[in-house]
Amino acid sequence: MNSLTLSQVTKTYDGVTALDAVAFTVAPGERVALLGHNGAGKSTLMKIILGLIPATSGQVTVLGAAPGSQTARDGTAYLPENVAFHPALTGLEQIRLYLRLRGDDPARAMDLLDRVGLGQAARRRIGTYSKGMRQRVGLAQALIGNPRLLVLDEPTSGLDPVSRRDFYTILDGLAAEGAAILLSSHALTEVEARTDRIVILSQGRLMANDTLAALRRRAALPIRLHIAARPGAADEVAAQLAGGRRNGVMVDLTCGHDDKLARLGDIAALKGLIEDVEIIPPSLEDLYSHFSRRDGQ
Amino acid sequence: MTALARPVAALGASEFRIALRNRWVTITVAMMALFALVLSAAGSAPTGDVGVDALSVTVASLTSLGVYLVPLMALLMSFDAVAGEIERGTLSLTLTYPVSRSTILLGKFAAHLAVLSIAVGAGYGLAAVAALVVDPEATAGLPALWRLFWSSLLLGAVFLAIGYALSAVARRPGAAAGLAIGVWLALVVLYDLGLLAAVVADGGGAFTTHALPWLLLANPADAFRLYNLAASEATSAAAGLGGAAQTIPVLHALISILLWPLAAFALAVVALRRVTP
Ligand SMILES: Nc1ncnc2c1ncn2[C@@H]1O[C@H](COP(=O)(O)OP(=O)(O)O)[C@@H](O)[C@H]1O
Ligand SMILES: [Mg+2]
Repeated sequence: MNSLTLSQVTKTYDGVTALDAVAFTVAPGERVALLGHNGAGKSTLMKIILGLIPATSGQVTVLGAAPGSQTARDGTAYLPENVAFHPALTGLEQIRLYLRLRGDDPARAMDLLDRVGLGQAARRRIGTYSKGMRQRVGLAQALIGNPRLLVLDEPTSGLDPVSRRDFYTILDGLAAEGAAILLSSHALTEVEARTDRIVILSQGRLMANDTLAALRRRAALPIRLHIAARPGAADEVAAQLAGGRRNGVMVDLTCGHDDKLARLGDIAALKGLIEDVEIIPPSLEDLYSHFSRRDGQ
Repeated sequence: MTALARPVAALGASEFRIALRNRWVTITVAMMALFALVLSAAGSAPTGDVGVDALSVTVASLTSLGVYLVPLMALLMSFDAVAGEIERGTLSLTLTYPVSRSTILLGKFAAHLAVLSIAVGAGYGLAAVAALVVDPEATAGLPALWRLFWSSLLLGAVFLAIGYALSAVARRPGAAAGLAIGVWLALVVLYDLGLLAAVVADGGGAFTTHALPWLLLANPADAFRLYNLAASEATSAAAGLGGAAQTIPVLHALISILLWPLAAFALAVVALRRVTP
């Protein structure tokens, strides 16, 4: 059974469509990234999943139950976008409160804070924390009670690269234990290696829902080949391969996915003139613009 | 603990800490204590009244003080309660926990009421000690002081709940603070001035005899004052609208100050239920 099932979820605010017939699922142990511009509807979708706001139409099933039901709430953890905990409380006090609200033992607070790397700062007021530390408090509360579904709204915004890596390591552990994870993000490169599937929303519509490799295949975006020529040979290499010359030594080519081997063969044939070749697949940014713009044209 | 008491206790303990660390709450508690001392010093000066002990005189002054300060303190603690959580994003987070909206309000209410009882208790307690030191007869005023204490908490409860309702309606802390000041001015200051002006214009007519008592009962601050003044006859001279106070039965004033907290809390729950996080 899927941890989360959305079918034809639509939300309108006073006639403005924030979500338009969105449908996808998240299975246990799966990490799904929700991508989209500002205003694409990511936060709205998450609030519907959590039962904070009702959908205008469509079906949502969370852990086999209705959003906001006791079963759904008991098994779901949430990290809101830009959450700021009360500055007068310490990290420890804040996490102890959330443990109590889940009916859990408040003595676990220190373990949770250690797990997100806040052990040292646990007894300091949250008002003195950096943005990244506050985000870790949010993550710590999301770990309470072994949630079976985690809904994380831009969880890594404001985190430095090391903190991001730690953060994804924790998520990997949760997913390995069978938790389903839905997270939204702006930072595409970090999502690339750390999620199993990508859902792209654009103006409330689902534009793509697949693994990164499948999206690459479907988009069929050109692959770039950067060729470093031997000194003085750049013009000849460019002429032979019908490529563009970037500077004195570099020649750039693009080719389709299916032509890749043929083009590499052409390049290999010129090996006396060539220093090095770099193959650059379409970036996630390219894919993202491809899928989020397709509709607007 | 029962399923309801546990989250209320958890939220309450957390809110209690937050209130204790709130600078404004500290300032009003200090103000309360200071005023109470000043009033009891004034009250223990020989008044010439025969048969009136120092504490009873102080209670009358404390009633007039409490009617302004207690609602102010309550609103200072409560105006941010919902709007602040909406702004910080913690309201939507808490609502994804297995906790209902009325539970969230009950937790805050319990904590704020506890802080209020500490502040009011400290202020009135100081006044009592001061009165007992100068006048051994002052024990006669203790029942009046006790009545003033718990009715002050009821008055505070009303304004806490009004503060939550305003906070939920305003959604932003700045707007909520503005509304809270407005409500304090309207209910505690302007309402009485308006009634006074109407009484003067009416010149002892139907308004003064029929409408005025009900209008006084309808305002929790006036009901609080009427209850405490009417209940201790010795001090009725201190009443601003003293004439009317005589015509209103103590029971009516008591019913008003008992019903107001319930009504205001129900209003706050309704207002919070209407908030979309
Ligand atoms: N409470 C609201 N009232 C009206 N419109 C809203 C409300 N919340 C969100 N919207 C609109 O819905 C759309 C989606 O917003 P949101 O879900 O916050 O996007 P994202 O999280 O992807 O940036 C936006 O156009 C936004 O203006
Ligand atoms: Mg958002």
